Amino acid sequence: MAEQNNLKEFTKGIFQYNPMFVLVLGICPSLAVTTSVKNGLAMGGAATFVLVCSNFIISIVRSFIPREIRIPCFIVVIAAFVTMVELLMKAYLPPELNASLGIFIPLIVVNCIIMYRAESFAYKNKPFASVLDGAGLGLGWTLSLCLVSSIREIVGSGTLFGLKVSESYQPASVMIMAPGAFIVLGLLLGFFNWRKLRKSEKSMKAVMKDD
Amino acid sequence: MIKEIALIIVSVVFVNNFVLAKFLGLCPFLGVSQKTSSAIGMGAAVTFVMTLSSAITWIVYNFVLLPGDANIIAKIFPSIRELGLIEVLKTISYILVIATLVQLVEMMLRKMAPALYESLGIYLPLITTNCAVLGVALLNTTDSPKHLGFLQATVQGFGAGIGFMVAMLLMSGIRERLALVNIPPSLRGVPIAFICTGLMALAFLGFSGMVQ
Repeated sequence: MAEQNNLKEFTKGIFQYNPMFVLVLGICPSLAVTTSVKNGLAMGGAATFVLVCSNFIISIVRSFIPREIRIPCFIVVIAAFVTMVELLMKAYLPPELNASLGIFIPLIVVNCIIMYRAESFAYKNKPFASVLDGAGLGLGWTLSLCLVSSIREIVGSGTLFGLKVSESYQPASVMIMAPGAFIVLGLLLGFFNWRKLRKSEKSMKAVMKDD
Repeated sequence: MIKEIALIIVSVVFVNNFVLAKFLGLCPFLGVSQKTSSAIGMGAAVTFVMTLSSAITWIVYNFVLLPGDANIIAKIFPSIRELGLIEVLKTISYILVIATLVQLVEMMLRKMAPALYESLGIYLPLITTNCAVLGVALLNTTDSPKHLGFLQATVQGFGAGIGFMVAMLLMSGIRERLALVNIPPSLRGVPIAFICTGLMALAFLGFSGMVQ
């Protein structure tokens, strides 16, 4: 039973609570860095690290934090981990990748997903469950970043992971600029809404048939 | 001087609009743009906080974080003069400055302009987690392409706020009309808002190249 619950804490972040397509949180970085799959993966990894660590620390110290000042406390914890990630990335990742992520790594501090999980999960749950929750949501976000960025990279620059998709394809570079990001995300959200609506319609019909 | 300031304002309002070209502050942009009145209120509050936080973070950056003779902390701990605190404390100090500032603005408004305070309501505390505010502070102090002076940084903060307000106003006008239109059910709400934003961004691309 307990094991099943743990698994649920982890998988709910990927489908049921997918940060990008269901919760629609943290959209600023998800649009800005998704010009190529490599950027999307790096951003997702960094945010997942911060999410897991901050969830862990906050759920350990949650009984010492008074309710009134919990938000500043969360921010300080998150900012500390973001600084760590920033320094780690500067040390180990290629400089051009760092340059293309730019100010969006320090901006993880104000990413709504991390704040939201700290406030609504880690502040109320045990450390182990919080870590799983953070890992699940982080993975869900990374996967959605990969989806958006692969669409944008294939259509916008005709490559995937830097490899050419087709010789004859003329890339539509508007897709890797700002307007393309908004339109791709809008259409994807519309697609997921359409699937959800169709599912609920089907289940409605099944109920009607049973009657 | 005036020419330079005008250039900065035109650049951040139209050419590098924070919402439409730099993807900063999208959460309040989508969340608060249902009605024109709340869009103006939010825009004004953000502009105010952005201007002040640009000024204060510039001072923090130049006199506390950067290595060199001007560093205040280096007067007490000489070892900091060489390295500065820029690598480790930049993000934390900026977000603390912004959070404190928002709290102060909230207290001041409650005392001095209760009517405005009431109308802003929940939006005020939310400004702390608006990535446009932290974003402009970080952009002011990246030193690329060049080191900004105090006045330029403040003006850039003010202009970014105005750009945010312009984008919010345009969007709220579109969304007020969208409410009356028959949209496919799966695109209602956020998806159509994103697509409209995309079209607006396409229009704003026309300004690109006007100013560096």
